[in-house]
Amino acid sequence: MATREQSASGAGASSGKAAAKTAKLTCSGVWKVFGQGAKEFLARHDTAPNAAELTGAGLIGAVRDAGLEVGEGEIFVIMGLSGSGKSTLVRCLSRLIEPTAGAIFFEDQDLLKTSEKEMIELRRHKMGMVFQHFALLPHLTVLGNVAFPLEVQGVDRETRKRRALEVIELVGLQGREAYYPRELSGGQQQRVGIARSLAVEPEIWFLDEPFSALDPLIRREMQDEFLRLQNVLRKTIVFITHDFDEAIRLADRIAIMQDGAIIQIGTPEALVLDPATDYVAEFTKEIPRAKVLSAQAVMSPLGDGEAPSGGVPWNTKVAELAERLVDSEEALAVLDAGGRPIGRLERRAVLDVLVGRTGGP
Amino acid sequence: MSVAGSTRILRDGVRLNPWLAAWLAALVATLLVYQLREAWPWAVKYPRAWNVPLSFWISGFMKWLINDFDLGLFTFKELTRSLSWLLDWPLAAAKGLLSSGFTFSSDPRAPIVVERVSWVALIGVVGVMGYSAGGLRLALLVGGCFAYLAVFGQWDSAMVTLSSIVIAVPLGVALGLFVGIAGFRWLRFEQAITPILDLMQTVPVFAYLVPILFLFGFGPVAAMIATIIYATPPMVRVTMLALRQVPDEVVEFGRMAGCTTRQLLWKVQIPSAQAGLMVGVNQVIMLSLNMVIIASMIGAGGLGFDVLSSLRRLSIGQGLEAGIAITLLAIALDRLSQAFANRPPPDHRRQELTWVARHPYLLTALGILVVTWIIGLVWPAVHIYPETLEITTGAFWEDLVEWINVNFFDELEAVKTWLLLHVLIPVKRFLLQLPWVAVIALLALAGLQLGGWRLALLVACLAGFIAVTGQWAKSMVTVYLCGLSVVFAALIGVPVGIWAARNERAHRVVQVIIDTLQTLPSFVYLIPVVMLFRVGDFSAMIAIVAYAVAPAVRYTDHGIRQVPPHLIEAARAMGCTRRQILWRVQIPLALPEIMLGINQTIMMALAMLVITALVGTRDLGQEVYIALTKADTGRGIVAGVSVAFIAIIADRLIAAWAMRRKQELGLA
Repeated sequence: MATREQSASGAGASSGKAAAKTAKLTCSGVWKVFGQGAKEFLARHDTAPNAAELTGAGLIGAVRDAGLEVGEGEIFVIMGLSGSGKSTLVRCLSRLIEPTAGAIFFEDQDLLKTSEKEMIELRRHKMGMVFQHFALLPHLTVLGNVAFPLEVQGVDRETRKRRALEVIELVGLQGREAYYPRELSGGQQQRVGIARSLAVEPEIWFLDEPFSALDPLIRREMQDEFLRLQNVLRKTIVFITHDFDEAIRLADRIAIMQDGAIIQIGTPEALVLDPATDYVAEFTKEIPRAKVLSAQAVMSPLGDGEAPSGGVPWNTKVAELAERLVDSEEALAVLDAGGRPIGRLERRAVLDVLVGRTGGP
Repeated sequence: MSVAGSTRILRDGVRLNPWLAAWLAALVATLLVYQLREAWPWAVKYPRAWNVPLSFWISGFMKWLINDFDLGLFTFKELTRSLSWLLDWPLAAAKGLLSSGFTFSSDPRAPIVVERVSWVALIGVVGVMGYSAGGLRLALLVGGCFAYLAVFGQWDSAMVTLSSIVIAVPLGVALGLFVGIAGFRWLRFEQAITPILDLMQTVPVFAYLVPILFLFGFGPVAAMIATIIYATPPMVRVTMLALRQVPDEVVEFGRMAGCTTRQLLWKVQIPSAQAGLMVGVNQVIMLSLNMVIIASMIGAGGLGFDVLSSLRRLSIGQGLEAGIAITLLAIALDRLSQAFANRPPPDHRRQELTWVARHPYLLTALGILVVTWIIGLVWPAVHIYPETLEITTGAFWEDLVEWINVNFFDELEAVKTWLLLHVLIPVKRFLLQLPWVAVIALLALAGLQLGGWRLALLVACLAGFIAVTGQWAKSMVTVYLCGLSVVFAALIGVPVGIWAARNERAHRVVQVIIDTLQTLPSFVYLIPVVMLFRVGDFSAMIAIVAYAVAPAVRYTDHGIRQVPPHLIEAARAMGCTRRQILWRVQIPLALPEIMLGINQTIMMALAMLVITALVGTRDLGQEVYIALTKADTGRGIVAGVSVAFIAIIADRLIAAWAMRRKQELGLA
């Protein structure tokens, strides 16, 4: 499909934070087609039917030719509106849903060639998932829910209780261990869901619209909580959302899905600066740029032998450095990870970003 | 298709709706066949010579199964008999506990006797159960129901009945659960059992009493097996439904946690489906109680036997008291199980208590058992309810009936005769004279219009089966009795339902009445009817109407209540009067739901019809009943299956219509 090339351009613009990491989870050419004879249909069409062919055959292409790579310790957000196939894609990645075609690798292991038994082992020890509607078991207490994944592994009662209490404390629910899910608020229930998915110390963490069912204020609080946890835990994360603001706030990189296909992958900054299609631009239009763009994206090149005073790290968001620059007459230096200056920040360029004037850098 | 047809009329104005044309043609053809009855007698009355002797084949097969079928190590009969021997153990234990007590005697002169649970203790225990599940009101209700049993001298029989219920229900629940799980797991298994379940729920119980009698012998075990067969199908359906309704996410969570298939089922799906499953348990309890009287025909004993024998002796008072005892037992167990199902789940405070503090009711119940047992040792009245304190109202009821019959005989007789002469007999004659060929064709046409050729084929085949096995005339009598009863039930039930839907107070009153009506075992309806009108079609019809009216009321009420409120508001905003809202908005939108209620009414009418065979009808029900008394397996099964087929034909046609109508209205 035409969108494949565009996605590459977005990913290329990333600032190097994620690219340095090794890939934890990769997939390529993943298709999920619902309907009778989907597999044969895909084979007949060289695994590349177009939308018209699919509809003509009475099939639904929930995920079409999706490819992505999630680096270790990265927060990878898949963003799309309802019906875009994002939930189906994340279920394909964990093989809750069997993809119709494609390849999925967890580290070096080909998940589509993994037996159901090995898959169970993998899910027991290396994967965790948080669900939109919490999916707590109503007949178990908070403790029982959090300890559940350990229980099915056959961990003994004492160990699982100790471990469960640890994660319950981690998400700030200490004192609520004996409560039943229906006695908790939505936000608290999702904290249980998060604790439960972390109980087995997974290497990869799937979150399927974890905050979508919550009120806006609670949602914000939970996003902060999530970032705090990730600062401590450094998990590899696949995060699904339909909320572009949330994606911008949390993501290292974002994949945007439309009608089952990934149309662009990139850092929030890259998406805002260089949307691949009008559809993506539609989302990025309303985003306050100062919160997304970093110093590196706005800086101008250094003159020969120029060494401006002061300095900000290359990845500081414009919104954070604006105040300093507004007060000072001088341009600021932009420093790379090693503290060496790589560019200069003009007051005017920052002001352009702040007032939303385009055509800047 | 009919929609397309009617739009065509709108467009060019002259062309006839093709379905209307088809129906007119079919009716003309029917008349023609009827006029030609001299030339083609076979088309009107199914010739006896064409009968397929299916009932002989079935009887022959049954004989072979019991006498000659050898499974190698043992015969089939040995298998079934050992199964019944196995089932006798828990039954005997329950009976010992509740009814007869246990006797351990190595020496017959000095038997060691452990007495049964005393009446005081049991009333106390069920009271505590009621209190724990639903508070003081329920405790009083349940305790009161059981007290009735003691005070009115029904205790001994009631305990025989109860002991068979307490064993049949768990077995039925477990069986239903496992079959339901299998159906949930394997789509193919579900497809295989669905028609069997349909058949089991529509074939009258009498029909399979005979084979059970052959296979398991006469006695409480055979009766319990019949009860389980009758009571289990809803549990199977409920299990499949409840497991399907577990949210996808919860199942996905289970899989992501690394559950094996078995862990997923027992640790995630079944606990999550608990509330739904409890509905099934309640159904099993109610159906088991419904079977009490019928089961006593093959040796269950207890209250059912009391009702049956007093019905046969026309001993109204005794029959009524035993019937009320069954009803009260049913009400008590129904409310108790519902309260347990709806009990609010525990909260966190419970977790912090000690074991003793967490089980106050269990401990209280145990305490009552021990204390009453000790008191009973010195004061026997606590143990066995003293006969001198028993009350009976039998004489009162008999006097009342006598009084009514003496004073109002003419009036009652006049009503009965008028209806018989002007409604019942003409309808019966008309149906009997309809050519069978035409009836099958008309049914197929209806099937074609409502659900396509598959439905048409199904309906024609089922009706054809009835003709081919020589059941046509009796089926028509069945249709007449059932059809008229349903018409009367609808004439009463639908207006009452509408009234209940529009009036909150009426709703509450009606709700209580139909809840009670639905808890009454079907036999109980016969008692007052026979008292007043003696045997015959008319009595049967009244009993059927009383039994089958409840769903018509319930569905109408529900259908009208579920009309979206914004539509009512819109109608009111347009200036509709209450009457206009009812006729132009509520009833049209509720009609599919009301029709489903009528459908249920038909099913219940057919179920009751077989039981009214006891009061001397001349239909398929009678055929089944005669087969039972003559122990004729084939005859009973063929007639029973015919009743089931009538039910299935009605059900499929009405359901197809309601489904289509709902889709057209955008409600489905």
